[in-house]
Amino acid sequence: MSRGLPPFQRFLDTHRDAVWRFLVSSVGREEAEDCFQETFIAALRAYPRLRAESNLRAWVITIAHRKALDAHRGRARRAAAIAEIAAADTRAAPSAPTRDDELWQAVHELPARQRSAVLLRYVADLPHCDIATAIGCSEQAARRSLHEGLVKLRKVVPA
Amino acid sequence: MTNRPLDDEQAIEDALRRGAPPEPGDSSAATADTRASSERAAVAARRLADRVAAEGLADVSYTPADSPFGTLLVACTRRGLVRLAFPEEDVDTILEGLARRLSPRIVEASAQLDPVRRELDEYFSGRRHGFELRLDWALIGGFGRQVLRVTSEIPYGGVLSYAEVAADAGSPRGSRAAGNALGSNPIPIVIPCHRVLRSGGALGGYGGGPERKRWLLELEGAIAAEP
Repeated sequence: MSRGLPPFQRFLDTHRDAVWRFLVSSVGREEAEDCFQETFIAALRAYPRLRAESNLRAWVITIAHRKALDAHRGRARRAAAIAEIAAADTRAAPSAPTRDDELWQAVHELPARQRSAVLLRYVADLPHCDIATAIGCSEQAARRSLHEGLVKLRKVVPA
Repeated sequence: MTNRPLDDEQAIEDALRRGAPPEPGDSSAATADTRASSERAAVAARRLADRVAAEGLADVSYTPADSPFGTLLVACTRRGLVRLAFPEEDVDTILEGLARRLSPRIVEASAQLDPVRRELDEYFSGRRHGFELRLDWALIGGFGRQVLRVTSEIPYGGVLSYAEVAADAGSPRGSRAAGNALGSNPIPIVIPCHRVLRSGGALGGYGGGPERKRWLLELEGAIAAEP
C-alpha cells in the first residue's frame, strides 16, 4: 500500500520548529505568532489536495514566507507611525546591540527579494530550487538575489 | 561567543543559520537555547490545533483518554465518535489509518472530546449504563455494520451469542463472519462487542484481550466476579 500524506498533526509536529524559527527571523517574535497560525491554517485548508510525495517542508516554508511578506507589507504601512516609538525602545534597552543584532537589523533592511533569499537559504535551509519557487523567480535569479544580499551584509556588518 | 568578529562569509552564514534573536540584545540567550524556541513553537502548535478543532476545520480530532486499562485513544469526526483504541495499539499506525480512510486533516484536540472522556469515566466507575455519544459509522461497512448495529442494542448487563447476533444481523449461519466483524470493531466498549459470547457461555475472543472482556462483563454484572 502506498503511504499517504501524514496525519496533519504529525506534519505540524515535524515542521513547527522550522516554521517558527523562520518566522521569528523574518518578522520578529511579536508577529511570528499570528503568522504561524495563519501559515498552518492555510496549510490545513490546502492539505488534502497535496500529493503524498510532495516536499512538505519546502511547501510549508513557502506558505510561511508568503505570510511573512504580508506582515512586512502591513508593517510598512504602519511604519511611519511606529518608527519613533521603536527607535526610542531600542535606545531604552539596557544592553548595547550585539553584532547579531546589527546583522539582523541589516537583514531586515535588505530589499525584499534579497531578504527572502537570505532567510530561505540560511534560516529555513532550503535549496536554491525551492527558494526560487517560494519567491516566484528562476533559480538563477534566486542565486543572484542571495549573492547580492550576502555582499550587502558583509559591507554593513562591521568586522 | 561575544565579540566574535563577523568579518568573513562563514561567520555571517553561521550567524544567519542560528536565526534571529527573539529580542534585541538577547542573542546569547537565543543562540544558546534553541530549546526555548522549540518550546514556544510547541505552544503555538497546541494553540493552532485547539483553534482548528474549535472552528471545525479539522475532519478528525483525537485525544488520549485515561481508563482502568491504561491510556485509550479516542477520535471523533464532525458526525461523532469514530474510533476507540486500546493502549497497546500504536498511535501512529492508528492515525495513519484514519488519514488514509477518512481524511489527513487530523489534529490532537482535547476540549472537543471532553464529552467522550466524561462518559467513559462514568461508565468505568459504574455510574453510566448507556452511552449518549453520537457515533460515526464511517469505518464500519458491509455485514460488519449489520452485526455491530445489532450489538449496539444489547443492553447493559445483557449478553448474546455469536449465533444470535449473526441471525439478528440477517445471516443465521454467519457466526464466524459475525465473530470477525466483532473482532475488528473500531469503537469497542461504546459499541459493546464484549457482550457477545460463545453459545455455551464461554467468553470467546476479544480485540482488547479476554481479561478485559471479563472485566467489562463483571463491571456490568453480566457474569459473576471471579473469586
